[in-house]
Amino acid sequence: MELGPYLILGLLEGLVTAAVLSLMALGLSLVFGVMRVVNVAHGEFFMVGAVLAWIIANAVDSHPAVNFLAALLLAPPATALLAAIADRLVLKRVAYDPERTIVATIGLLYIIQQVTLMTYGPDARPVEAPFNHRLSIPFVEWTESGMALYWPWGLGTTSYKLAVIGAAVLLLGAIWLLMTRTRIGLVMRATQLDSEMARAFAVPVDRVYAAVFGLGAGLAALAGVLIVPIQQAHYLMGHDPLLLSFIVVIIGGLGSLPGTVVAALLIGISDGMISVFFTPTLAKIIATLGVAFVLIFRPQGLFGRKGL
Amino acid sequence: MTRTTEKPAAENAVTNEAVTNEAVKRPNRRTALKTLAATTALAAAASSMPLFGRYGQVQSSEPIKIGFQVHRTGIGAAYGRWYDRTTKAAVKKINDEGGINGRPVEIVAEDDGTDPKRGAEVVEKMATQHGCDIAFGTLFSHVVIGSAPRAGELKIPYFVVSEGHHVASGMLNRYTLQPGITDVKSQVQAMAPFVNSTLGKKVTMIYPDFAFGHDHRDYFSAAVAAQGGDVVAKIAIPPTETSFTKYFPKIPRNTDVIYHVMVGPAVLTFVKEMGEFFGNSRPEIFGFIDSLEAVDLASPGLEFLEGTYFWEGNPRYAQANQSDYDKAYRKAVGVDANGASVSDPKDVSTYAHMFGCWETLHIVKAGMEASGYAGAGDRAKLIEAVESMTSMPHSYAHPQGAKEFNGKTHQTFGHQYITKVENGRLVLAHTTSIEDTYYPDETDYTKQSF
Repeated sequence: MELGPYLILGLLEGLVTAAVLSLMALGLSLVFGVMRVVNVAHGEFFMVGAVLAWIIANAVDSHPAVNFLAALLLAPPATALLAAIADRLVLKRVAYDPERTIVATIGLLYIIQQVTLMTYGPDARPVEAPFNHRLSIPFVEWTESGMALYWPWGLGTTSYKLAVIGAAVLLLGAIWLLMTRTRIGLVMRATQLDSEMARAFAVPVDRVYAAVFGLGAGLAALAGVLIVPIQQAHYLMGHDPLLLSFIVVIIGGLGSLPGTVVAALLIGISDGMISVFFTPTLAKIIATLGVAFVLIFRPQGLFGRKGL
Repeated sequence: MTRTTEKPAAENAVTNEAVTNEAVKRPNRRTALKTLAATTALAAAASSMPLFGRYGQVQSSEPIKIGFQVHRTGIGAAYGRWYDRTTKAAVKKINDEGGINGRPVEIVAEDDGTDPKRGAEVVEKMATQHGCDIAFGTLFSHVVIGSAPRAGELKIPYFVVSEGHHVASGMLNRYTLQPGITDVKSQVQAMAPFVNSTLGKKVTMIYPDFAFGHDHRDYFSAAVAAQGGDVVAKIAIPPTETSFTKYFPKIPRNTDVIYHVMVGPAVLTFVKEMGEFFGNSRPEIFGFIDSLEAVDLASPGLEFLEGTYFWEGNPRYAQANQSDYDKAYRKAVGVDANGASVSDPKDVSTYAHMFGCWETLHIVKAGMEASGYAGAGDRAKLIEAVESMTSMPHSYAHPQGAKEFNGKTHQTFGHQYITKVENGRLVLAHTTSIEDTYYPDETDYTKQSF
């Protein structure tokens, strides 16, 4: 494939990765920022979202678009509820102690994974996309008669992949509005800055924690629902996105919304580009190396503030 | 434990360690315990009495225990589910026909998680804890390679159904045999003439980046070169990969044929994204059905496979020339004419591979009967009996077709099938001869001592 079309394909694939990753990493970052909890089970909420999407789509069993819409509306709140319950039952009991919550969320990870295996089973199952048209992308070339359009072999994407990118942009915007323009966002930010002071000002910190943990899980589930027509729902699918989310959150700065989005774009697009031109393994190596450098030279992350 | 020294030895053996000193002082209770134990033993003997009647003969009527190493979880789960069903059906048939040497067959199944380390542990458990006569059934090559050395150390015959070349290559040991399914080297070698003469000379290969995929890469490249063709690109994909579009630009434009073989939970995504990448202008495509085992050909996104070709170990759809053996075998396992479960048409089988379990168990039966197998002491005799086998005619015990077993390399050879997708069904296009699959021996396990 020629270089130009090759780059565009890499960019498109990278943007899809970045879209899903930014939603997921945002959830992880939010939970850490507000609660100081490193949620190792975050990838499992992504998986639960995808698996619930399959279950809901099959239960509805109507037109693919209706099935998918039902999954999109129901799976994330259901996952959020599950997470909020886990917060009340587990995290609250260990008093949000940083070390103990890591161990507790590792336990959650295995419980969720094994329950899924025991009920949903070990198979990878597809959910049909609401719409999926192949779009060929034209490219310019110089011919004897000047500039001309042509359709390179293999350069294309699908309408659904573009919709995923669009949906992620909209959702990120909505989260930003929620955090900066609403009372709920204000309460969350207050809790993030100083939870004891917030409590003194009558902020129901316990309920904020449950809500934030639920919101974080809901975002991961949303990413899962969006990805399931492209990939398939499988009980082990949460592993890789979890690692990438940690990379994104560390590079972007834990608890920083714009940092997370920028880092997700950086990791997603570089992953797409490097995978296309070299190998996906190299992409992972470079991303991990990036994390190492960030930790050495800018431990608070690109957009993080010192002392947080 | 001063009390034990005062008791006669015979009584000590019966006295439970948990019995308290108080109980020792009261012989009545001890006697009661002994009576209870004796009654239990009698009851156990009585409950097994019907077996004596059914399988009456001179030796033990204990069941023959076959340890079944099954991929219930992990990337091999879909295969494991169907290997399990086929194995159960074969054991039912064998038991209905009177068992092996008059003894019933019992399957001791254990999940290996499609993981080599766990696989070795499972083999060990079967040999030492469950007291299995043999171990059987493993599919994924890395699990076989991880488990076979342990089977060799424990001296338990290990019958694999893996289609990897590692058995015939001499990499494993005398205790590991693959008599029920052909190996990758013979399969790909037999495909090369058809691919080159019917589809095109310039081939791009896409395969998973581990032993099984490397077998394809190496043997197919060599076989294509021998046919005067050319492998223009080799694209290795990590086994845990979930998105594939980024690999497709590596396919050179002058490619005539794409040769694909993928495994694992992401296979459907792989084929779908390949379709999306090419749109209407695809080259010829030849794939190993492994890319779509247990996947419904009617799944959304697979329409583009229409007109492409597949290798199948055993054709999933009942063909026009279907044999009575295949008919009976399908019925026994519970598979319909479309290769799906009779109880759920969406539950598609791994039809191209699972016959190996059926055939292997029949070979184990034949081997145990030829060697007069009576127990673990006869394991070497069993292996020698299987090693001396040669022709296995097409029959109900071998529904996939006739086989030629090579006792030196512990590997079987058989017909291969090429099918074409026509109206969403796989229709037989070509059947290779057994001779097409032969290659020179690379080892002689019979020279190894037991």
